[in-house]
Amino acid sequence: MAERAQPINARTGIGAALFVAALILGTLAAVALRAEEGRGLGSSDWAALRFTLTQAILSAVLSVGLAIPVARALARRRFAGRSALIALLGAPFILPVIVAILGLLHVFGRSGWISQALGFVGLPPLSIYGLHGVVLAHVFFNLPLATRLILQAWQEVPSEQYRLAAQLNAGPRAMFGLIELPLLKRVVPGALAIVFAICLTSFAVALTLGGGPRATTIELAIYQAFRFDFDLGRAAILSGLQLILTAGAALIALRFSRNHGLGAELDRVLRRWDGTGVGAQTFDVFWIGIAALFLLLPLSAIVLSGLIGLSTLPIEVFKAAGISVILALSSTIILLLMALPMSFAAAVGKRGIIEISGILGLAASPLVIGTGLFILIHPFANPTVLALPVTAIVNAVMALPFALRILVPRARQVVGQYGKLGLSLDMKGFPFVRHVLLLRMRAQIGFSAGLAAALSMGDLGVITLFADPDTATLPLQIYRLMGAYRMDAAASGALLLLVLSLGAFWVFDRGGRWHAEA
Amino acid sequence: MKYLIVAAGILSASAAVADTPELTVYTYDSFVSDWGPGPAVEEAFEAVCACDLKFVGVDDGAALLSRVKLEGARSEADIVLGLDTNLTAAAAATGLFAKHGKHVVVDVPNPFGEAGDWNDKIFLPYDWGYFAFVFNVGEGAPGSFEELAASDKKIVIQDPRSSTPGLGLLLWVKAAYGDEAPAIWEGLSDNIVTVTKGWSEAYGLFLDGEADMVLSYTTSPAYHLIAEEDESKAAAAFQEGHYMQIEVAAKLKATDQPELADQFLDFMMSDAFQSIIPTTNWMYPAFTPDEALPSGFDKPIGEEQSLLFSSDEAAAVREVALDEWLNALSQ
Repeated sequence: MAERAQPINARTGIGAALFVAALILGTLAAVALRAEEGRGLGSSDWAALRFTLTQAILSAVLSVGLAIPVARALARRRFAGRSALIALLGAPFILPVIVAILGLLHVFGRSGWISQALGFVGLPPLSIYGLHGVVLAHVFFNLPLATRLILQAWQEVPSEQYRLAAQLNAGPRAMFGLIELPLLKRVVPGALAIVFAICLTSFAVALTLGGGPRATTIELAIYQAFRFDFDLGRAAILSGLQLILTAGAALIALRFSRNHGLGAELDRVLRRWDGTGVGAQTFDVFWIGIAALFLLLPLSAIVLSGLIGLSTLPIEVFKAAGISVILALSSTIILLLMALPMSFAAAVGKRGIIEISGILGLAASPLVIGTGLFILIHPFANPTVLALPVTAIVNAVMALPFALRILVPRARQVVGQYGKLGLSLDMKGFPFVRHVLLLRMRAQIGFSAGLAAALSMGDLGVITLFADPDTATLPLQIYRLMGAYRMDAAASGALLLLVLSLGAFWVFDRGGRWHAEA
Repeated sequence: MKYLIVAAGILSASAAVADTPELTVYTYDSFVSDWGPGPAVEEAFEAVCACDLKFVGVDDGAALLSRVKLEGARSEADIVLGLDTNLTAAAAATGLFAKHGKHVVVDVPNPFGEAGDWNDKIFLPYDWGYFAFVFNVGEGAPGSFEELAASDKKIVIQDPRSSTPGLGLLLWVKAAYGDEAPAIWEGLSDNIVTVTKGWSEAYGLFLDGEADMVLSYTTSPAYHLIAEEDESKAAAAFQEGHYMQIEVAAKLKATDQPELADQFLDFMMSDAFQSIIPTTNWMYPAFTPDEALPSGFDKPIGEEQSLLFSSDEAAAVREVALDEWLNALSQ
């Protein structure tokens, strides 16, 4: 690409990208170097690879495929509770895996609500265990995320374009071809890659809902290598395989995601003239209804089972909640310090390195990162003492791919639109960032900060490898309650976590949404 | 050189400030949790040792061993508490653990010799239990693996690759059936609703009604009885006998507090520690305290029915057993 004058330089962003890449590849190398002679990959590992790829591809295609009509419906309808529904879209994603699984099973399980309803009319219970169960769970986790990503893209379309399309009397087909298709081409490949990467490292969901060892994923094979065989070499090879697959997916996504300038905008309030026909309305109501049901039923199951033990929730849980909140805020700050410069760098053309290193965080096995960090830190300091800072950094790196997906398109758009103006006014570097970029990216910054805070709050992450009794986070405390038979208290802890995570998400997300949409 | 002297000065100064010696015990996470034995054990030991007892929690037994291997001789740990006899052969092979040099008489069933004998020179037991399938009273339960396989009862089990009870079940079937184990697993495959990563997931699924029975311990119903006054859970007695889990601890060779570590191991086998175990770790104490065990801790089967591989056998057999399990359940 020809170098041309840019209002910002990419150095800080590239530095952040290199830090992330070094963290992920460095921990992997640390594990590999500690390896003793192992047995390499066996046939069961290849079977795990096949299953992992099958379920990840199916989950990605279904999650994103279903997210398109849902996002479209949400983009063009305004109704009471819309913003609450959009906020709730973040929920499945931030729950500890085990809580989400139990919530899903309350609805779809052998003695779940649907099975009970089937029982009333004399039908056998639903069988959720199998590949279809794995995909169902992954869609539950990722459909909301994909919807938000695509919806975000829809909301970035300047309102003038709809105005112009309406003036030109563009019908549904023309609207689709002129506005929506280019927008989907821009956002869908990235969304596919990110959901694929998330499902690639799935373990507990795949095993539990897959119904047994048929549903062995690479991540479980890594776990086995660490825990059953203590074969660090095999763990490192398998983890490297995950990284390669994810980086490959990211590269393909990058190739296919076309970039279109979106044109100038005057920040008018968005108004849509399309989709007023009965058919279109029914279509949208159907999709919003289905998505809401699919999302809200398991969530209400979680809320209901959490209410039972709420009065008996032990004080230790609240202490852990305090630690989790602090952890989430620190992790959000670290995330923004990395993600913002990286998105600026991507906006001025250094896209490849940024996007690849950005998505690696998803592909990295938490067990490998944790163990690698442990190996690296142990010679110099007691890793237990550093449990919280390390967890904050790792959580930020894990949230980075999402943040970049949200921030990069907008940063490109803003630089494309205002870059030349900035240069002509000799407004470069920090003043441009402060007066133009940050201001015009507020919505995206809020969304990604909210997501990072919520993710960090809900993530069990590497803390299990480092924790001492006094630094338990809320998710860890929930697991401890379950491990001590206290399932009711654990369910209440999960409800608390849900409320806190959604609260953090809502505060950041709301704070950033400057085009106060419904 | 000057820096070294300065550094040495700082180090000895900080050692002088911290004049209470510190004993670091690595254990599994549920031991240190606020609902586990950790807090009570810490209080009881610190009352007698004039020291600071520090627990570090590491996921579970298997993770604990990985951690010790990773840290090697430079480990901060003085004691590792929470391995079981399925892991002790691998742990002893690291050469990191020191012999205890004690003669003890234990209250743990011994399938290999005289009752009360304890032959391990490195590891000392602190509690034990029987694996068992827990079910809802009133629904009836099969009396053996064969009856279970022939029934339409649904069970949830744990994956042996990621879970200690899961590995226990694997060895249970292998110990009871030897070469017939693959046939038993094939018979069980249509009873298994699903396999979970760990005990908590499986037990949660069972309580939510996803299965009729769950792999746990014979002492699980005691939790419901004592903590919740709920008599609705029971453990099914299997006529093949029940595989045991014996949890042990040992001192590391590299400890900088050898006397304190010995003192802790003695304390671990005393009434003060042992009486904490039943209602916090929900296992049988390895040295029955003078006060009687709480109700709910009656032994479900005779000692002659207890199954166990010696630690060497367990290490030798587990890979074969895992392959059989994977083959039978991946059909």
